[in-house]
Amino acid sequence: MNKVVKNAAEAIADIQNGQTLMLGGFGLSGIPENCITAMVEKEVTDLTCISNNAGVDDFGLGLLLKKHQIKKMISSYVGENKEFERQMLSGELEVELNPQGTLAERIRAGGAGIPAFFVPAGYGTEVAEGKEVREYNGKPHILEEALVADFSIIKAWKGDKAGNLIFRHTANNFNQPMGMAGKITIAEVDELVEVGELDPNQIHLPGVFVQRIFQGVDYEKRIEFETTR
Amino acid sequence: MALDKTQIAQRIAQELQDGYYVNLGIGIPTLVANYIPEGMDVVLQSENGLLGIGPFPEKGKADADLINAGKQTVTYLPGSAFFDSSLSFAMIRGGHIDLTVLGAFEVTENGDISSWKIPGKMVKGMGGAMDLVAAAKNIIVATTHTDRNGNPKLKTKCDLPLTGVNCVKKIVSDMAVIEVTDKGFKLLERAPGVSVEEIKNATGAALIIDGEIPEMTF
Repeated sequence: MNKVVKNAAEAIADIQNGQTLMLGGFGLSGIPENCITAMVEKEVTDLTCISNNAGVDDFGLGLLLKKHQIKKMISSYVGENKEFERQMLSGELEVELNPQGTLAERIRAGGAGIPAFFVPAGYGTEVAEGKEVREYNGKPHILEEALVADFSIIKAWKGDKAGNLIFRHTANNFNQPMGMAGKITIAEVDELVEVGELDPNQIHLPGVFVQRIFQGVDYEKRIEFETTR
Repeated sequence: MALDKTQIAQRIAQELQDGYYVNLGIGIPTLVANYIPEGMDVVLQSENGLLGIGPFPEKGKADADLINAGKQTVTYLPGSAFFDSSLSFAMIRGGHIDLTVLGAFEVTENGDISSWKIPGKMVKGMGGAMDLVAAAKNIIVATTHTDRNGNPKLKTKCDLPLTGVNCVKKIVSDMAVIEVTDKGFKLLERAPGVSVEEIKNATGAALIIDGEIPEMTF
């Protein structure tokens, strides 16, 4: 079993036009920078991207948006990106906005083999339009369906060659649940180590979920709003 | 005198209780963290995956892997925990968060709130707001009493797309503290020097006024 690939280009080589991708990260924190760059270079198009945010104009998913490689976004918060807003308002880009917790749970459920579930979030709002409503514990809930992807592309801090992953601080965010929900999960990591070097007690995402792994290079780790005391 | 933003935050901080787990939204709510009473244990949750938010980092110490839900760099306190987004919202949805403070465009007398979308103008997405208002045990809205054009933000019906229904419990504005009861808005306190009449005039729904309304104290 060899999960290790050379680099991002090799990891994403078989992504096809029109496929559905999950991309980890919250804002610009914990995004798979190397794979995004490789997909810009590969010029793969008509993508459906599931990602909490859409990057900024010149970084993160903004790079794929700028080249019109994304057909549809499923997200929860898409501010801070003018090109995104322009494409959405002009109808070039299809956008499905989800409450953030619903989005995270749809992804987790997809990886966990739960096809649908009821949540209170969004009841009475436009999110609930067309969805089944049921009352539990005296409160209305709406039916939400799981999400899966052809490829989940995630970023972790440390990984071993068996695909076991550890995330760092708040760079975990959507990476862990997305790692469960890809038919093929690609993990890029700051540090790739030999099997046996990571403490099994500390693993966030077990290697069973990860099909490809590589140590990334040249991380910019851009900060969106640097705020200091 | 109507309150400024920091005074609104200061007044909301009086609602905190020892042992509370609290989620603070972006804007005025974030400022509440500056007024947690000395000696009180309050744990701040950030829905991107942190319990135990600390102050902003010192200059030069910002870490791209350590941000709050507003994507600002933060620090973490001893006893903190990091986790993924689905676990974060399990905390929220599961009712483990004691208090949520967030901003709003409009709040109605039955506790509906609009806060995320102005059709044709601002479409940024709801982020975690819908999950938070649908599940937190106690929801306080921090807002100005009227919008930029002087129109009431407290109304009988939201004109903008809803974030949630029947969920807001209390409103702390620059003019008043108002409870959302089964019978509608109930005026609890007024800002120093602001009259009941002024609050009535700035509110787009009926106010329940029970006896003498005290001024807020700080």
